[in-house]
Amino acid sequence: MKKKVLSIEHQRFLNRRTRSKVIVLACQLGLLVLFLGLWELLAAYEVIDSFITSSPSRIWATFIDLAKGDLWRHALTTLAETVVAFLLSFLIGTTVAVLLWLSDGVRRVLEPYLVVLNALPKIALGPIIIIWVGAGPQAIVTMALLISVIITTINTLTGFISISKEKLLLMKTLHANKWQTLWKLVIPANASTITACLKVNVGMSWVGTIMGEYLVSRAGLGYLIVYGGQVFNLSLVMCATVVLCLLAAAMYLAVSLLSKLVERRLS
Amino acid sequence: MKKPLLKLDNLSHVYYSVREETVALKHISLEVKEGEFFGLVGPSGSGKTTLLSIMAGVLTPTEGQIQLSEGDIHTDVGYMLQHDHLFEWRSIYDNVILGLEINRKKTPENLQYAEELLKKYGLHEFMKHHPQELSGGMRQRAALIRTLVLRPKIILLDEPFSALDYQTRLSVAEDVRAIIKNEGLTAILVTHDISEALSLCDRIAVLTARPATVKATHEVPLEGDSFERREDARFAAYFKAIWKELEIHEEKSTINRTSTISEPPNSE
Ligand SMILES: Nc1ncnc2c1ncn2[C@@H]1O[C@H](COP(=O)(O)OP(=O)(O)O)[C@@H](O)[C@H]1O
Ligand SMILES: [Mg+2]
Repeated sequence: MKKKVLSIEHQRFLNRRTRSKVIVLACQLGLLVLFLGLWELLAAYEVIDSFITSSPSRIWATFIDLAKGDLWRHALTTLAETVVAFLLSFLIGTTVAVLLWLSDGVRRVLEPYLVVLNALPKIALGPIIIIWVGAGPQAIVTMALLISVIITTINTLTGFISISKEKLLLMKTLHANKWQTLWKLVIPANASTITACLKVNVGMSWVGTIMGEYLVSRAGLGYLIVYGGQVFNLSLVMCATVVLCLLAAAMYLAVSLLSKLVERRLS
Repeated sequence: MKKPLLKLDNLSHVYYSVREETVALKHISLEVKEGEFFGLVGPSGSGKTTLLSIMAGVLTPTEGQIQLSEGDIHTDVGYMLQHDHLFEWRSIYDNVILGLEINRKKTPENLQYAEELLKKYGLHEFMKHHPQELSGGMRQRAALIRTLVLRPKIILLDEPFSALDYQTRLSVAEDVRAIIKNEGLTAILVTHDISEALSLCDRIAVLTARPATVKATHEVPLEGDSFERREDARFAAYFKAIWKELEIHEEKSTINRTSTISEPPNSE
């Protein structure tokens, strides 16, 4: 990068920008501290019943306690299930979209099924899934997979189909076959659709995994949450929820960084 | 005498939809000679793009024959569309060699040829740039080079300047004319702009409104580059003659008259 001499106005603009960024960050942190502080205080002075609401300090204590024991096993179980479901749904979803794009006939036949499957609340399939694949991690992955795979297919396919006729004509005049059109035009032109889909899928996979764990599980953060609820240990519930939050955020961050890298490589 | 290169014999094309059939082309017969810059002028929606698509081999005519005296319409015809359609995610160089990649012709000679063309036509220093960094005129030149690297015998131009603003349009049109003449290519230009056709073409066929038929074919005995041609005293009269032919839509004659446009009467 070349170093440019900035005009005073430009420098001012940049300063203003930095300042506003700092202010936003400060407000965000302030809000969190305020929320936690208020919660702690209200619980300490028994304005709210900490048996029901728990409190930051209790959650912390539970966390320290759990961290010495089983927490990591549970967190890892859930994370592994989520990542597997996430990857599978991406692979299967985009592959199906490619196949449907390649064949107009098959697409027209299957389109209504896709729409219905998409509208179906996947949780309703819980019992069927358990009977078909067994009540274990495989059922949880299946549930998470089902939740995100259909929408991945639909979104990717919509992007594929929206390529302009003129661009397709260009590929035709250059004598490209369907595969070449796919690899050289359709997929690169949809890089941002695909990465947006990936980001949405992070959330979807977590929803699916936790839902699955509610239904069947002997381990995992979802299991901890259900268990904590049953024995009325709200600190356990909250602690597992916070860990869940952090893991989901970390995964989202990783995926969006990856997306940015891919998009930058393409342009 | 120049050899005929492309021959259209009694071409007709009908589009079918649920509600209707649209006759786009009706009994079109034309001959384009080697090295000629041939113009097709017709009103919008008359069927010009349909005709070019047939020439490019991407559309099969409902009726009639199309012959290339040398080579094959599926490999020896280059097509330049109205918009450049350069891919934003590729550099100019990568855009230009797209056709070579697709046709598995990325040989060292061809790649060198691509680079030579870029150099020759002033895009060499923008090779690594992306399309959005180039002006409309440069982009259109890059699109032309993308067609040229496949070494076609004929280049089809479908209103390639109509998306550009007026100033750019004149200079890009001249660039394209010069490049095509320079490379010794045969070109067929489709346009609804009479003055554009007159400033570029050696011969012009006037098409009727839909269904397109050939109303008349004119030799254009103007000399020089497109700017000089526009300056020629006869330009206005030729313009008027073609303008008149374009305006009369009632008689859909299928007769293929060939004439040199009459000399202008004392201009008034
Ligand atoms: N794929 C198509 N299906 C049906 N009708 C079409 C199709 N393409 C073009 N047409 C019709 O054929 C006529 C000629 O179109 P076109 O060749 O694009 O004309 P031009 O290029 O001269 O403007 C128009 O009336 C247009 O609506
Ligand atoms: Mg057209």
